[in-house]
Amino acid sequence: MTTLSSLLLTLVVLTDFAILGTSRLSTCIRAIGAQGLLLAVLPLALHPGWSLHIIGLALGTGVVKAVALPWFLRWAIREANVRREVEPLIGFTTSVLLGAAAVAVAFVVAPRLPLPEREGTLLVAVALSNVLTGLIVLTSRRKAITQVVGYLMLENGIFVFGLTQAERVPFLLELGVLLDVFVGVFIMGIVVFHINREFDTLSSSRLEELKEP
Amino acid sequence: MTAVTWVALGLTLVAAPALPGIVNRTKSLLTGRRGAPVTQLYRDLARLWRKGTVYSRTTTWVFRIAPILLLATTAAAACLLPLDGRSALLTFAGDFIAFAGLLALGRFALVLAALDTGSSFEGMGASREGTFGSMGEPALVLCFAALALATGGTSLALMFSEAPSLWSADGPALAMVAGALLLLTIAETGRVPVDDPATHLELTMIHEVMVLDHSGPDLAIVQYATALKLALFGTMIVDVLVPRAGLPVAASLAVWLVALGAVAVALGVVEAMMARMSLARVPRFLVAAGILPAFAIILLLGSAG
Repeated sequence: MTTLSSLLLTLVVLTDFAILGTSRLSTCIRAIGAQGLLLAVLPLALHPGWSLHIIGLALGTGVVKAVALPWFLRWAIREANVRREVEPLIGFTTSVLLGAAAVAVAFVVAPRLPLPEREGTLLVAVALSNVLTGLIVLTSRRKAITQVVGYLMLENGIFVFGLTQAERVPFLLELGVLLDVFVGVFIMGIVVFHINREFDTLSSSRLEELKEP
Repeated sequence: MTAVTWVALGLTLVAAPALPGIVNRTKSLLTGRRGAPVTQLYRDLARLWRKGTVYSRTTTWVFRIAPILLLATTAAAACLLPLDGRSALLTFAGDFIAFAGLLALGRFALVLAALDTGSSFEGMGASREGTFGSMGEPALVLCFAALALATGGTSLALMFSEAPSLWSADGPALAMVAGALLLLTIAETGRVPVDDPATHLELTMIHEVMVLDHSGPDLAIVQYATALKLALFGTMIVDVLVPRAGLPVAASLAVWLVALGAVAVALGVVEAMMARMSLARVPRFLVAAGILPAFAIILLLGSAG
C-alpha cells in the first residue's frame, strides 16, 4: 500500500461526503465523475508493474466512469431541467453525519473480515464505506438522478473491492461489469427522461402510486 | 522556555494585524481593485486608540470587561502554541483542552457583552456566534485528537513539532487535519464565506454585529484580538504543513512568517472566489470541518490496528 494509493482512496471517500452534503445535482455529477477518475488511476497506483490487463482496466474505467457517465447524466439533467435535490427524506447535514457513521463502521469491520490478503485492509474499508454511503444516497434522496448517482457509488465500492483481487479476476469479466453499469445507467437515464415527461417532475415518489394522477 | 519562544511571541503580537491586511489586499488585487495598504489595520488601531469610549447606559461592567478578557484569553492561548516550531512558553499534558477552553472563554465574554447591550441586533449576532462556535469547537478538538493520535504527544508543543515529520507515513490524515484547520480558521475569524468582515448589513453579520456597541480603545482591542486569533490558527496550519524543527532558529522564524503570509494569501484567494454562504448553510460547512478530522482519526486507527 503506497502513500499515493492511500491518498487516492482517501479522496474517494471525500467525494462520497461531497455527494452526501450537496444539494446541487451538477455538483453531485462532478463529484461522481471525479470519483470515477480517481478509481481509474487507482489500479495504476496499486499494481506498479503495469501489465496490459491493468492498463486496460484503468482506460476502460476512465472512459466509462469519468467521461461517458458524467456526460450522460449531465445530458439528463439538462433535458429534464432539474437543478437541485429539493427535499430529501434525510437532511444534508444529517446524511453527512450518517455517512461518517457508516465510514466508521466500515473501517471497524474491514480488518476483521477473513480475507486472503492482509495488506488490502484500506481498500476493503473504502469499498465498504462506498457501498454504505451509496446506500444512504440511494435511499434518502427523492430525485431519480441522485438515486442513479447513489447506485454508481455502490458500484464504485464493488469495483474497489474487486481491485483487491485484480490479478485474479479475468479482464473480460471486468469489461462485462463496466458494460453492465453503462447500460444500467443508460436505461435509468431514459427512464428518468420519461418520468419527467410523464409527471413533469423527477421525484420517484410518484412511482409509488398505481393509479393515474 | 528560551529567549526564542519570547521572540516568537513578540513577533506574533506585532505581526498579527498585518494578516487581515494581506487577506484584504489579495482579495482586492484579485477582484481588480488596488485595495487598502497591508498596514491598514495598524492605522485603524492607532486611530481608535486615540479616541474616547462611549458606553451605553444599559451596559454594565460585563460589557467593559469583555474586550480585555478576550485579549487576555487569546494572548494566553498564544503562549500555549509552539510558535517557533519547537516549544511553547507554557507546556503541560492536555494543554490543547486549555487552548480550546481559552478561545471559548474569550468568545463567551464577547457574547455576554453583546447580550449586555440589550440591543436586538447584537443579541442576534450573539446567538449566531454561540451556535456556530458550539459547532466549531468539536471540530477543533477532533483536529487535536487526530494530531495527538498521529504523534503520540499530549501537548500542543509535542503535537505540532512532530506532525510535519509524519507526512510520509500519515500523509492523507495530516492533509485532512490541515484542511479542517483552514475551514476552522475561516469560521473562527469571521472571514468569507462564513462571515463577511466588510459588510454592515445586520441581517447577515455574525462577528461584526456583536461589536457594534464597542467604540474607541475597546473596539481596537476586539479587532486586534481577532487578528491575533487569525495568527494563531494560521500558525497551527503552518505547523502541520511545514517541517521546521530541524532548521536553525532564525530560518525557522523566517519560514514561519513567510508561511503565515502564504496562509493569509490563500484566505484572500478563497474570499475572492467565493460569495458569502447563506446562514443556513454555515452548519453544513462546520460539519464538514468536523468530518475531516474524524475521518483522519478513523484512518489513523485503521493504520495502527
